[in-house]
Amino acid sequence: MITFEHLSHRFGDRPVLSDITCRLAEQRIGIIGANGSGKSTFVRMINGLATPTEGRVLVDDLDPARHGREVRRRVSFLFSDPDAQIIMPTVGEDIAFSLRRHKLTADQLDQRTAAILDTVGLSGYVEHPAHLLSSGQKQLLAVATVLVTEPDILIADEPTTLLDLRHTRAICELFATLTQQLVVVTHDLNVVADFERVLVIDEGRIVADGDPGECIDFYRRSMGVR
Amino acid sequence: MAIPANALTSIVARWEFADGNPLMGAAMIGVYRPGASILHRLPAGVKLLGLLVFTTAVLIWRSPITVAIGLFVVAVGYLSAGYSPRVLLAQVWPLRWIVILLVPFQWWLGGWRSAVAIVGTLILAVAAAGLVSLTTRIVDLLAVLDRVLSPLRRVGVDPERISLLIALSIRVVPVMLELVDTVREARRARGAERSLRAFATPVVVRTVGYSQRLGDALIARGIDD
Repeated sequence: MITFEHLSHRFGDRPVLSDITCRLAEQRIGIIGANGSGKSTFVRMINGLATPTEGRVLVDDLDPARHGREVRRRVSFLFSDPDAQIIMPTVGEDIAFSLRRHKLTADQLDQRTAAILDTVGLSGYVEHPAHLLSSGQKQLLAVATVLVTEPDILIADEPTTLLDLRHTRAICELFATLTQQLVVVTHDLNVVADFERVLVIDEGRIVADGDPGECIDFYRRSMGVR
Repeated sequence: MAIPANALTSIVARWEFADGNPLMGAAMIGVYRPGASILHRLPAGVKLLGLLVFTTAVLIWRSPITVAIGLFVVAVGYLSAGYSPRVLLAQVWPLRWIVILLVPFQWWLGGWRSAVAIVGTLILAVAAAGLVSLTTRIVDLLAVLDRVLSPLRRVGVDPERISLLIALSIRVVPVMLELVDTVREARRARGAERSLRAFATPVVVRTVGYSQRLGDALIARGIDD
């Protein structure tokens, strides 16, 4: 359960988020809005990558500003640029990096790595250099590195922006199989069309919230797109 | 949490080699290449110790004969690990400009023997280090480093951070090469091939942007926790 309580965030004098209060309890939630509307800052609050100027956000009653470590164990974050998310030179090593504090034996590590790579469709690539993957494969690897830690909540900030249709479909199919809570920021309205709930953010405020069909229609109209 | 296995088996994609440099594609420095040779199976600590002994020996007994013997040893090492001479060449290829500058300078200073000994030693050290990194997983190297540096915890040094720094340095090389390549192409597309400003400005801006994104990702992956 994610709760925003009168949360505001300013960047210098510029308000980025203004007095946001909402509770996110649904399993799959989409966040849409124009460029610069504040939607990325909104989700960055959830795991403490950004901190509120006023108000607070709670994740299962934990404040990321005070309990960052506990919150980040529950909340994983997927970025639009997988190159920044991948740290180790090879696919398997990057998965192992995510599990470095899980005190696993070599066999357990190999099993977990193989299982998660199988899940994201990258089985057989365990020894492959990460920088030689295509953009889509890198994003699938980035998904694997966050899912392997078995988080309760996955935040994805424009996860399909750099992907072709095939890999966008791959990511969407993978999201559909997840059992944890999923919060996705996106410009691709198809990605969130079958989610339980969609929020439209504009100029730092939630201007529409509810059924994906209605919210997407509202957003299209507000953008002057039929 | 349960994730169904084989969720995406229908979407295993093909490899796309982004860089056009055949040498780089053949064996990027620092990137482990899997294999089953004796060198691959040797513990990382033994290989690092071997590297230390080898480079110290060629430095102490620096001469053209030592370089010839060292080159034989390194070549045998590459062949026994299953790598072609092209892979060996790829490891030392980045040294080409230093070699071009250093050889005539050393020849002028101390004659051909000095030039061969000094430049040869440099090439041998890089080639041997390349062989170790090609046959050893980074995580294994970092584990050795963690163990070696662990006594320094008493004086406030965090070995995990040093390991991470090394891993990031290795990781950043291909990212920066790709970034520079993209900027170079953009500069060419806009007809500003000779403009240093048109090259340096976007490289710096993009590098800073990448650093910020990398920092966010490290925090999100619990580096500071």
